[in-house]
Amino acid sequence: MTTQFSRRSMLTGVLGLGVLVTTAACGGDEDSAASSEKYTEPGTDLKAKLTYGVWDQTQVEAIQKNLDAFNAKYPGIEVAISVTPFAQYFTKLQTQASSDTLPDLFWMNGPNFQLYAGNGKVDPITGPVEAGAIDPKNYPEALTTLYSLEGVQYGVPKDMDTIGVWVNRAVFERAGVEVPGEDWTWDEFQSTAAAVSKALKSEGTYGAAGGMDGQTTYYNTVFEAGGEIVKDGTSQYNTPQAQEGIGFWADLIASGGSPTYQQLLDTTADQWFVSGKLGMYWGGSWFRGALAGTDIEDDITVLPLPRGTAQATVIHGVSNLVAANSQNKQAAHALQAYLAGQEAQQAYGEAGSVIPAFTGTQATFTKSMPKANLQVFLDAVDYAKPLPVSANTAAWNTLETKLLPDAFTGSKPVADVTADLASQMDAALAKE
Amino acid sequence: MKRRDGFWPWLFIAPLTAGVSVFYLWPIVKTAWLSLTESGVFGGTTFTGLDNYTSLFQDGDLYRSIGNTLLYTAIVLLNIPIAIVVASLMNTPGLRGASVYRVLYFLPYVAMPTAVAMVWRIIFNGDFGVVNYVLGWFGIDGPYWISTPGFAIVAVSVVGLWSSVGFSVIVLGSGLKQIPPELYEAAELDGASRVRQFFSITVPLLTPSIAFLSIVTVISGFQLFDLLYAVLGNSYSNPTIYSSMSLVYMFYEAGFVTNEKGLAAAIAMVVLVLVALATLVQFRLQKRWVHID
Repeated sequence: MTTQFSRRSMLTGVLGLGVLVTTAACGGDEDSAASSEKYTEPGTDLKAKLTYGVWDQTQVEAIQKNLDAFNAKYPGIEVAISVTPFAQYFTKLQTQASSDTLPDLFWMNGPNFQLYAGNGKVDPITGPVEAGAIDPKNYPEALTTLYSLEGVQYGVPKDMDTIGVWVNRAVFERAGVEVPGEDWTWDEFQSTAAAVSKALKSEGTYGAAGGMDGQTTYYNTVFEAGGEIVKDGTSQYNTPQAQEGIGFWADLIASGGSPTYQQLLDTTADQWFVSGKLGMYWGGSWFRGALAGTDIEDDITVLPLPRGTAQATVIHGVSNLVAANSQNKQAAHALQAYLAGQEAQQAYGEAGSVIPAFTGTQATFTKSMPKANLQVFLDAVDYAKPLPVSANTAAWNTLETKLLPDAFTGSKPVADVTADLASQMDAALAKE
Repeated sequence: MKRRDGFWPWLFIAPLTAGVSVFYLWPIVKTAWLSLTESGVFGGTTFTGLDNYTSLFQDGDLYRSIGNTLLYTAIVLLNIPIAIVVASLMNTPGLRGASVYRVLYFLPYVAMPTAVAMVWRIIFNGDFGVVNYVLGWFGIDGPYWISTPGFAIVAVSVVGLWSSVGFSVIVLGSGLKQIPPELYEAAELDGASRVRQFFSITVPLLTPSIAFLSIVTVISGFQLFDLLYAVLGNSYSNPTIYSSMSLVYMFYEAGFVTNEKGLAAAIAMVVLVLVALATLVQFRLQKRWVHID
């Protein structure tokens, strides 16, 4: 085989690499401080190309419908959706933020919000709010405060979620145990879980599943015991209330009401539940999407969380934020405002996977699974508490994952674990 | 004429040199610098001297990670003896379907590590997995492989071993092809048994391939991340990962989860030094046991 090198293409190649070297070397930090400019609703002839970063493939269809409606008003604004799985989403977002290449508009969650807002990576919605394009009063207060920092509002939620107990009635029937009423206590929950596990021991089915992550399990019980997770920049784990909230899950596992902690690591609680081998599962309202089309869908009902000293549940919601260095801020804010609006949120609710955050648009979500009493998740807003976050939430979330299992498995006393966690968490919080 | 002699060689190696400088040398220099700083989450660094190294060497996690990495590498190195046996069996003259076997052994190597890990996660499942089901036939109550500290890293190593045999078989297979058949004929005339032939002819003449494989395996062993992450790390809140983590996992955790970029850079430098040392030692030792005609 004879190959003839063309001198020109060789030289272009070398030059190309040279350019690469230079640009790599000059990737300096341009300062793009977030300043809230005056916002006016753009004219319908505005032309722009936007990117929209999200993490949930199952919601893309509903998003696309909303974008079509948006384009009917603004035909000149092209929006490209970019989906990154949740497991990689924030790793990617952090890289994009470091190189000032964030998508124009993107999804944000509570634990990560302060990191981005505090470092000037996102644009406040002060302008659109003053112009009347977005009104924070239309959304649950616990959630709008989640997306404000030092008195500045950066976004409003596109959806919301609360926690409830998903119940598989078929399991209760097999066990011959009655499904508890809505007004139930911790003791009732524990005894019901143990009774179901005992009755169905031979088939390897359990009554409930132990605590695995904060949002769906132990944050709720700590709140219900009257405790807090983080307050004024210090950890609240070393309090009797927090110990009681963590102890709830240790007791559940010790009583046999739940599979052991190791079993739950191999096969997660949601997998136990969806395969019909779990009676009660503490899960978010978003879990509805995972049940659609399964064998157990018709046997499902939902109960509010059993009552401790107080009644509580964690509330959280995803927000759409505009990047501070977006080239098309006006168009991006227009899209942000549209997606926050009643019409767009109504469409989300009809798609059924999430609860829209706009007050008054939620009824369609409850109708998406008529037998299951999804109304529980909406009623919970009254006594809901925001997901605990700080400026670098991930740092102490890692500590929770590292240390709390010793309490759940019973290998160390709860009080020792929470004391240790509190001191390590305080050290992490002090670094923020 | 002379001037052009000086110019052309440089031009021809320029693309590679540029590539290596941009993608290898510059990152190493940059990482070395970052390891001496404390970085903001989105860039912006302050010089802190050797602080990152001091806190790293005081942290028990580092030594546990090095231990796990070494254990993993040691277990995966077992793929070489296994591959020698498999490759020489496949080299038997007149073996039918040799290419089919070659494909079967090579498939795990080309499969995506994440896909491989997902399947093994199910195989290792303590309640519903195949491994414990089979152990049950013999009355053995298998552990929760991937959620028991101690067992988890071994389980991951077994997967690594399994998926690296194929590559070694291919490399050793081509090494075997270069051994002249006359040697075996002569040995046979001298009355050497098949086993004797294997140890006196096959193994010594394969040593160049074995040396190559051992270096490559050690380097990739030190870079263990994807299997570990996919088998243990992706179920939220699996604390087993902390007792089983490798050096590169520790790097990932520091760099992308807890946002300690400077510390992560320091870990990367430790990995660089360890890999360089291990490779140097292997090159030195090679002179003693590798036969090159």
